[in-house]
Amino acid sequence: MIPFEYHRATSVTDALTAVADRPDAVFLAGGTNLVDHMKLGIVAPSLVVDVGHLPLTDVDLLPDGTLRIGAEVRNSDLAAHATVRSTHPVLARALVSAASGQLRNLATTAGNLLQRTRCVYFQDLTTPCNKRVPGSGCSAIGGYTRYHAILGASEHCLAVHPSDMAVAMAALDARVVYLDANGEGRLPLSTFYRLPGERPELDTTLPSGALITAVEIPPPPEHARSTYRKVRDRASYAFALTSVAAEVVVTDGTVSSARIALGGVAHQPWRAHRAERALVAGPATENAFAAAADAELARARPVAGNEFKVELTRRAIIATLTSLVERLQ
Amino acid sequence: MSPVTATDITVRVDGAERSVRIDNRVTVLDMLREHLGVTAPKKGCDHGQCGACTVLLDGRRVTTCLALAVANDGAEIVTASGLGGTDDLHPVAKAFLDHDGFQCGYCTPGQICSAVGMLDEVKAGAPSHVTVDLEEPADLSDAEIRERMSGNLCRCAAYPNIVAAIGAVAR
Repeated sequence: MIPFEYHRATSVTDALTAVADRPDAVFLAGGTNLVDHMKLGIVAPSLVVDVGHLPLTDVDLLPDGTLRIGAEVRNSDLAAHATVRSTHPVLARALVSAASGQLRNLATTAGNLLQRTRCVYFQDLTTPCNKRVPGSGCSAIGGYTRYHAILGASEHCLAVHPSDMAVAMAALDARVVYLDANGEGRLPLSTFYRLPGERPELDTTLPSGALITAVEIPPPPEHARSTYRKVRDRASYAFALTSVAAEVVVTDGTVSSARIALGGVAHQPWRAHRAERALVAGPATENAFAAAADAELARARPVAGNEFKVELTRRAIIATLTSLVERLQ
Repeated sequence: MSPVTATDITVRVDGAERSVRIDNRVTVLDMLREHLGVTAPKKGCDHGQCGACTVLLDGRRVTTCLALAVANDGAEIVTASGLGGTDDLHPVAKAFLDHDGFQCGYCTPGQICSAVGMLDEVKAGAPSHVTVDLEEPADLSDAEIRERMSGNLCRCAAYPNIVAAIGAVAR
């Protein structure tokens, strides 16, 4: 780690001003990913602006039913929040499936969104990685791919986004609220995260120098049921091989609404629109769930070493939807 | 003017106020062990994966290897030492002794701090990955204890006795 200056931001405006003419400055919140990256040498900022003490720690239910989550709300607090548990169980379940109790006590909403891939090559400075050093190559291609993408990858990057929380938020049509020199902006999660394409070094479309201040989740449809299923190599404290965030409304045996996002399989939380379209207005049966999973995964392009993730994801989708319907009976 | 890369900070550690000028790069763990002589929290992986460095920071269990000291100016830190001494053992520490919840002992201060923080989280109604009903208070079964303590590794694999020790305190 190289020596760096430290500034504890006194307000959002102060934080924006502090990084304004310092392109290598970084915002620090919980630090669980950033401090690790500074130790590993993945980033070497000359200025760390601490936004972890800003009063962005409220979770508010707005009059229209929107849930507004402050950027600095700790993951553990969000998972335990009464409204989240009762109204958006998929989000609470995603949060408690991630990391460990100690890390969830440090990690924040915005930090979770902006955490970076756990691709082993991204984290290993001795190997080429287009995400870490643009143009250097992708070591995952022809390498260890168990934790890599089967959807939406490019010839430049096979990395997946590691968040569980963001997968639930993608299913719930969340919006990222940020502030920059131009004022307040909003990005739907569907455009906040990028696919790697030819610029895998860019994880998101967040403007440079912008600070995330909140995440907004619109109210769910009436009678919605939701849950999160995570499949991993060990029972706890591991990243997803694949995961499914799903919310459905079933009326008299027919699916009237479905929102599904997949984790651990793409450079972004993967919104399964094709599966959703296949489900809506159809029967809530296992056969229909399988057909919906197939509709989505027809686009899957696994690489050598992660072919199993297609069938694993298919089964995870079916199992998740089935568990939601079983609870209705 | 050369950049300022160290900061004067004050923290409370195990009840005592401690002031120190610290390089901004130093973690809470290294501040405690190398600068303040508080060696109860241990350095295992130094990447937030093993839990040996767990303390209670402002009342919550956290891994101190991923927390910068400078970002925690003003914090209240309680390490395993601060929970009680040999004459006034904390109930969790006593349960680890009674149930033989360790072998080499290296992970134990982190395990004990983590268990104390975890029991408070359960008391406050926080759900876990294995909690069946998100809206009901969790019943602290062995499965709940294992899930909630998964951030603390024990390479001697004293897990059955650690679970028994924590269960004895909880029930």
